[in-house]
Amino acid sequence: MPRQTFVLNGKTVTLNVHDDVRVLWVLRDLLGVTGPKYGCGINVCKACTSHVNGRAFNPCSVRVGDLKKTDEVTTIEGLADTVAGDLHPMQQAWLDRDVAQCGYCQPGQIMAAVALVRKVRRERRSITDADLDGIRNICRCGTYTRIREAIEQGARRM
Amino acid sequence: MTEVTPRRWATMPRDLDTAPAGIARRSFLGYVVAGTTLVAAADLGLGAPDAAASAPGVPQPAELYDLNDMLTEAAMPTANLITVTVHEDGTASFALPRMEVGQGITTSTAMLIAEELELPVEKVRVTLADARPELLFNQLTGGSNTTISTYTPIRVAAAVAKSALLEAAAIQLGDAVETLRAKAGVISAPGGARLSYGELARAAARRTPRAVQVQLKDPSAFRVVGVGRPRVDARDAVTGRKKYATDMQVKGALPTMVCRAPTLNGTPKRLRNRKRILAMPGVRNVAVVDTGVAVRARTFGQCIDAIRAMKVDWEDGPVAGLSDADIVDELRAAELPLPALTDSLSDLLADNPLAQTVEVDTLFYFRSNSAMDTNSAIADVRPGRATIWAGLKSPITAQERIAQELGMSVDAVTVHVVQAGGSFGRRLFFDGALEAAKISQAMGKPVKLMWHRADDARVGRGHPMATSRVRAVHAGGQVLAFQQTHTSVETDFRHGLGEVITATAASLPTGLGNLGFSETVFELTQEVPYDFGVISQTLTETDDRFNTGSMRNIYSPDVRAAGELTVDELAAAMGQDPYEFRRANLRNARVVAVLDAVAKAGRWGRAMPHGTAQGIAIHKEYKGCSACLVEIDNRPRQTGRDIRDGVGGPRVTKVVFAIDVGLVVNPRGLEAQMQGGINDGIALALTSSMHLRDGHFLEASWDNYFYTRQWNTPPEVEVIVMPSESGQPGGAGEAGVAATFAAVACAYARATGATPAYFPVNHRDPLEFKPKPYVPPVPQSPTNGLKLTY
Repeated sequence: MPRQTFVLNGKTVTLNVHDDVRVLWVLRDLLGVTGPKYGCGINVCKACTSHVNGRAFNPCSVRVGDLKKTDEVTTIEGLADTVAGDLHPMQQAWLDRDVAQCGYCQPGQIMAAVALVRKVRRERRSITDADLDGIRNICRCGTYTRIREAIEQGARRM
Repeated sequence: MTEVTPRRWATMPRDLDTAPAGIARRSFLGYVVAGTTLVAAADLGLGAPDAAASAPGVPQPAELYDLNDMLTEAAMPTANLITVTVHEDGTASFALPRMEVGQGITTSTAMLIAEELELPVEKVRVTLADARPELLFNQLTGGSNTTISTYTPIRVAAAVAKSALLEAAAIQLGDAVETLRAKAGVISAPGGARLSYGELARAAARRTPRAVQVQLKDPSAFRVVGVGRPRVDARDAVTGRKKYATDMQVKGALPTMVCRAPTLNGTPKRLRNRKRILAMPGVRNVAVVDTGVAVRARTFGQCIDAIRAMKVDWEDGPVAGLSDADIVDELRAAELPLPALTDSLSDLLADNPLAQTVEVDTLFYFRSNSAMDTNSAIADVRPGRATIWAGLKSPITAQERIAQELGMSVDAVTVHVVQAGGSFGRRLFFDGALEAAKISQAMGKPVKLMWHRADDARVGRGHPMATSRVRAVHAGGQVLAFQQTHTSVETDFRHGLGEVITATAASLPTGLGNLGFSETVFELTQEVPYDFGVISQTLTETDDRFNTGSMRNIYSPDVRAAGELTVDELAAAMGQDPYEFRRANLRNARVVAVLDAVAKAGRWGRAMPHGTAQGIAIHKEYKGCSACLVEIDNRPRQTGRDIRDGVGGPRVTKVVFAIDVGLVVNPRGLEAQMQGGINDGIALALTSSMHLRDGHFLEASWDNYFYTRQWNTPPEVEVIVMPSESGQPGGAGEAGVAATFAAVACAYARATGATPAYFPVNHRDPLEFKPKPYVPPVPQSPTNGLKLTY
C-alpha cells in the first residue's frame, strides 16, 4: 500500500493507504480527525470544508494521493492555532452570535467563512450580500441569519 | 432580534429570600434518594396540567386538551425516576431522558437546575440518559414537549437537592436552616461562615430515601430562567470537539454502508459477486440483510467503492412503477366528501343570494426531513448481548425492538443515546440503529453504520403527500362555517409513545392501530382560532407503503397554509384587509397580540412594487401562539436567477415573526428555533419536495433536494419574543414552521394574483437537476477538489 505524507494542522503525518481514498476518509476514519463532517460525499453540502495551504477545499473530493508532502491541510481543530489566542476570531464570532443549533455543519461553515474573508481581502474589497448569498454550505437547522451576522463580526476582527 | 423583557423579569428581586411574603405558593413533594453523594428526585403526583380554556363558541378538542397535555400526563407517573446529583467537586449532574438534536434542551435544562439549585449554569452538567425502560412514556422527545413536561419535575428535583444541602449545612454550622442563604453554589450563615455545595455533597447524602416537601421559586424571583444564554455545547461545536455517532471511536467498529434497491423499499435476493467484493481494497465483511447488502471496510470511501461494484438481484419494492400522479389519484380517491352543512346553513345558501361559499383545495407533495447527520449508529452485537450508540428520540422503543430482532432479552441490549446532527422528527424512529444491530449480528463484528446521503434522501423518512380542502360559508360580513378535510398518505407513528406497548398498538395489522394514533395526534394539535361559526377539521389517511414520520410540526404547516389561504380568500370576498379581517375574527387575545406585533413591526400594508407582496398568518399550538409577516419578491430579477446546483425562484426578502410561548426559559434559544423554523416554512412553500418517479424518489442529495440555502434565506429577519405573564412554558422546536409557511403561501398568492393549487410552488417546473442513477445507488466522490479551492 502506498505511503502518504502531508502536513495536518501543523504536523507532518504519514500513513499507508491507497492513493484514491478521499482525504475526508483519511482524516476521519484513519486519523480520527472528525471535525470535518460527512454530509454528501460529492462536494455539494460543504460540511467537510477545510483549508489546504490557506484556501478552502472539500476533502471529500480530493484523493489523498493528490496531496503533496508539503501541502498543509488545516481542519477546524487546527484553525485556532493559526492565530494568537484560544480561538480564531471567526470561532469567537460564532460563539458571540450563538450560531450553532445541532452544530453538525458549523465546522465547515466557519472554515468557509474564514476562506471567504481571506478571498475578498485578496480582491481588496469587503464582504457583500451577494458574497453571503453565494455561500454554498447548507445548514438544515436553518441558522443562516446568525451565520451572516457572525461572518460580518468575524471579518471585522480578522 | 427584538427581545421584549417582561416587567416581572425587569423588576425581579435579586435575592430569593426577599421574595414577597404571603403569596401562596404550591408545595411539591420530592425525595432525597439513597446514595453516597446527594441525589434528589421529584415526586410523581404533580397534578394534572390546567387544560381548561375559556374560549367563546364551541371549543375544538385541542383547545381543551392538546397533544402536550397527553404527553405531559404520560410522563408524570415516572417523574420521580429523574434525579439531580450533587458531586463533591461542587458540580451537579443530570442525565436528561430526552434527546438533544439542536433544539437547545441541554441548555434550557441546565438553566432550570441552576435556577432552583442556586448554582452557576457552568457547574451543571446535562448528559443524555441511556434507554431506561422503567421510564415508560417518559423518554420520548417529540411534540415540542420537553420543556412543557420536564419544567416542574426537574425544578422539584433541584429544589429537593438544595433543601438537603441547606439542612446538612445547618447541622455543620449550628445555624437554623431559615437563617442560611444559598447562592452560587455556596451556603453562608449570618455570622459569615460558608460551606460550598461540594463540601456538603456527602453530608447531605442519605443511606435511605426520604421524602421532602419543597416550594419552588416564584417566577418573579428567576434570575437565570428568562435571560438569554448561549448553548452549553457551543464551544465544542465551533472547535470540532462535539461528537456525533459517526465521530465516536468504538473498538473494531469499522465503517459500514448498505447497497440499496433501485426501487423504494425493494429487498435483496442475492449478491452475485461476493468474492470480488471481498477482494476489494479495504473491504473486510459483506452481509445480506433485509434492507440491502451491507459492507464493512477500513474506510467509508472503500464501502462506497464496494457498493458501486456490487451486482445484486433485487425484489421490487411496493411502489415499483408508480409516480407522483398515481399517488395524487389515490389521495383524491380516498378523500371523503366535506361534511354536510347544517340544515339551516344549507337553507341560507339556497335562500340568501348574499350567502357565499369559498373553497380552497391544496396539494402538498412529499418532502424530506433528512438531517445533515445521516441515519447512523454504532452496534456491537455479541452472543447474548448488544450495545448500541445512536441519536434516538424514542430509545426505549428502539431497545425493545432491537432486542426482539436479535432474539435477546431487553436487559441484554444497552442503548446509549448520542447527540445528533438534527432530527426534524426523523429520529423518532431508529432505522439506522436497528439496521446496524442486524448487520453487526450477521457479520459477527462491531459496525459503524452510516447511511450515504443518497440513502438518507431517497429511502429516509419524510413528510407524506397530502391534500387539504377547505370550504367556508359567509354572509352579511360574517363567516358562518369553516370546514377542513385533510387527506394524507399515512404518517407513521409506530414508535408509539416511546415504549413498546403503545408502539405495538400502533403497529397492529391493517394500519388501524396507526390510524388511531394519527387521528389522535391530528385532533389534539389542530385548531382554528377564529370565530368562524361551525368549525370542523378531519383527517383521512391512506397507503402505508412510504417511509414517513412526524416531520417538524407534523400536520400543522399544511393544514395551516390551506387554512390561512382560505382566510385571505374570505377577506377578499368580503372586501376586507387580510390583517384587519384576522384581527376582527380571532377568538384569542394572545393570538391578536402576536398578530398586532408583526403588523406593526413589519409595517403591514406599506406600498409595495408590482410583483412583490406582503403576507400575514397566525398559528396556535404547543401552549403558545405565533404570527408571521413576510415580504416576497416574485419579479423576474429574482425568479430568473441562475444558480448552479440549486434553485432561486421567488425570494422572501423579509420576515417578522412574533412568538408567545408563555414563560420563556431561554429567549436566545427560542429566537434560534424561530429562525430555523422560518427557513423550514420557506422551503415548504417554495423549493423543497421529493419527486416520485417510476417507483423511487429522484432526489439523492443537496444538489437535488432544495432546502433553503443562503441564496433563498431572507436578508432581513426579526423575531419578537412576546412578554408573558404565564407561569407555564410552551414548546419551541416546531413552533416557527406553520405560520411562516402560511404567510409565505399568502404572500405568493398576493404577488401572483392566484392561490397556488400545490406546494412547493416549483414542484411541477422542469427539473433543475439530472437525477442520479439508482444502480449503483450511491454516487462516486469527485476527485477535482484541488481545482476548486478559494
